[in-house]
Amino acid sequence: MTEDTVYLDHAASTPMYPEAVAAMTEQLTHLGNPSSLHASGRAARRVVEESRETIARALGCRPGEVVFTSGGTESDNLALKGLFWARRAQDPRRTRILASSVEHHAVLDPLHWLAEHEGAEVELLPVDALGRLDVAALRDSLERDPDSVALVSLMWANNEVGTVQPVADAVALAHHHGVPVHTDAVQAVGQVPVDFAASGVDALTLTAHKVGGPYGVGALVVRRDLDVTPQLHGGGQERDIRSGTIDTPAIAGFARAVELAVARQAEHAVRVSALRDRLVARLQEKVPDAHLNGDPDTGLDHRLPGNAHLTFPGCEGDSLLMLLDARGIACSTGSACSAGVPQPSHVLLAMGRDAEQARSSLRFSLGHTSTEADVEALVGAIAPVVERARAAGVAAGFGTSKKAG
Amino acid sequence: MRVLAAMSGGVDSAVAAARAVEAGHDVTGIHLALSRNPQSYRTGARGCCTIEDSNDARRAADAIGIPFYVWDLSDRFHEDVVEDFLAEYSSGRTPNPCLRCNEKIKFAAVLDRAIALGFDAVATGHYARLVTGEDGPVELHRAVDPGKDQSYVLGVLTQEQLAHSMFPLGGSAKTEVRDEAERRGLQVARKPDSHDICFISDGDTAGWLREKLGPGALPSGDLVDHASGEVLGSHDGAFGFTIGQRKGLRIGRPADDGRPRYVLDIEPVSGTVTVGPREELTVDHIEGIRPRWCDGVPTASLHGTVQLRAHGEEHRAVVTVSPSGDDVVVELLDPAQGIAPGQAAVVYDGTRVVGSCTISSASRTRADA
Repeated sequence: MTEDTVYLDHAASTPMYPEAVAAMTEQLTHLGNPSSLHASGRAARRVVEESRETIARALGCRPGEVVFTSGGTESDNLALKGLFWARRAQDPRRTRILASSVEHHAVLDPLHWLAEHEGAEVELLPVDALGRLDVAALRDSLERDPDSVALVSLMWANNEVGTVQPVADAVALAHHHGVPVHTDAVQAVGQVPVDFAASGVDALTLTAHKVGGPYGVGALVVRRDLDVTPQLHGGGQERDIRSGTIDTPAIAGFARAVELAVARQAEHAVRVSALRDRLVARLQEKVPDAHLNGDPDTGLDHRLPGNAHLTFPGCEGDSLLMLLDARGIACSTGSACSAGVPQPSHVLLAMGRDAEQARSSLRFSLGHTSTEADVEALVGAIAPVVERARAAGVAAGFGTSKKAG
Repeated sequence: MRVLAAMSGGVDSAVAAARAVEAGHDVTGIHLALSRNPQSYRTGARGCCTIEDSNDARRAADAIGIPFYVWDLSDRFHEDVVEDFLAEYSSGRTPNPCLRCNEKIKFAAVLDRAIALGFDAVATGHYARLVTGEDGPVELHRAVDPGKDQSYVLGVLTQEQLAHSMFPLGGSAKTEVRDEAERRGLQVARKPDSHDICFISDGDTAGWLREKLGPGALPSGDLVDHASGEVLGSHDGAFGFTIGQRKGLRIGRPADDGRPRYVLDIEPVSGTVTVGPREELTVDHIEGIRPRWCDGVPTASLHGTVQLRAHGEEHRAVVTVSPSGDDVVVELLDPAQGIAPGQAAVVYDGTRVVGSCTISSASRTRADA
């Protein structure tokens, strides 16, 4: 990111806090494998354990519940596969996994894999037009045959449209039948209040680079009394759930970032949601037919404070992105496949939009470094960009095509 | 100018983009995702639209220092190029999908979108030259490297399309381009050239057609001798038979005179494939449809040359357009052999491309031809 980039893609990755950079770089100069028994090893181990305690304090869990991983994708895979295998080993009837249809690919793809290779029966539950889980559908699905449910996975907040999910309701329903609940809280930590113990969830995914920490490190917070089948076997680190040499510097930076993000969360949410509201209002002044996707109630129990996801009718999202990028403004169209080809968002499709509406949307996400100047830069650029993108949409037959997919 | 460089992931389009930058243009790179299953890696093969190619294009853009995006045109490509290719073969014709892609995708869908997005031109790695006179039209000419000249597959472009095109490689030989790529530090400098048909990964057109069209899509039929009418063999569907084809006929016994046999004609309804000696392939009269002219319809008969297949030789010819403008007659002064309906006849005046048409029939009118 260059100095003059208007960075409106904090949900993809947010800048590291200087304090986190300092904590991490300090550890880079120190020698010691935390698993070693000598003084250097003990010193490194101490940093790791203090980091674990810091994260536990910030998230309302016990230090022993924090399992360090390489990030959100690994944490999700570990939770889903690890809990599915462990629960099924305890009772072979437990083959069903219930999840919302708007989960991140780091949840959906492991579930598809489990269905394809491990005989899991995956039920992706519907959401309403705002992207919020249909709780009645979860209840029905659970009650149909509770003994066959291995686990429930429901994201804390959606990464594309920012809708906060009814995790408490899901926990109450699932626990009534003794079913554990995993939540992907990658987007939520530092944005809305997240308390592991109070929420009642059994496993929670978080990642450092979304909270002002470094890339390549994250954690799965998981209750001690829950068996999790390990995915990585080796030296037995992280209570044998996740082997692999512990990355002390990354963990030190991660812990500092979580500590700061959680401490500043309330103030951050007030400031950033005001900026976001201004961004949406000003964009709609310039582009009157642009409409906000997700929950219009901007309370923190409804919508992530930094999320503004809008549909620009007649425009292809990737045209908008390219034109904004050329003006130094960074945003996102949602999911992209590995070749970089934009696919219509499964989240918007699940919310009842057609493929064309799904492809004509952009996500702007604000974060701790966002300013009013960023918002004004976007507002200043958007009208001609939308006009051009619309012309390109007409040239491409967008809006008239019989099959927009 | 603001230039959109179409980057396939190959060496030519990478160097073309670099040259556009060097010429002072504001260049953005795009890779066209044309395949519906871009996940498929094709080891050892080169075509468009693999993840590997997309990544090669991205890395070239990084090295050149330009923004890079992937545009998904797979639906348009499927409808306009792949389905057309299948339909043409089903009708017993031999289409050239590269011309079709240039006409419908690269210099139509992509160019239109580029213009709408504020670009002035699309640059590609085709070997051809554009020459603009003062206030005159833009002329399309053969590349200086005759071995690499690709003006044939660009013969479908109109003045409007040419006016927004840029072919930075037309003045160079392929070896120079590879050396230049090396000098510029482009990883693709020694990457092999692409296949003729990008969406047929292994080059087995007949096998691909059989798979796509399915058994029974083309009638099975007889292989018949052109002179005697004798049935020499049979086939289970004329997949990929092309006029002028010699190999793969699977006729059990040789001709009485021992000379090789060639496909002379394909009857799509009955499935009858007529075979005979080479001289029966000779034609001197070609009729064409769907003409496309680079700068307006020629008003008088044109004495020039025609090229009848990609990398084919030139034939001196007299080209006449019907009064309606819909049909073209090409009288070949130098006869040609093995001309299949569906192929393009591209008309040249010297090195300049005049236009093109799709061959609808070819015949021999002169005994001496």
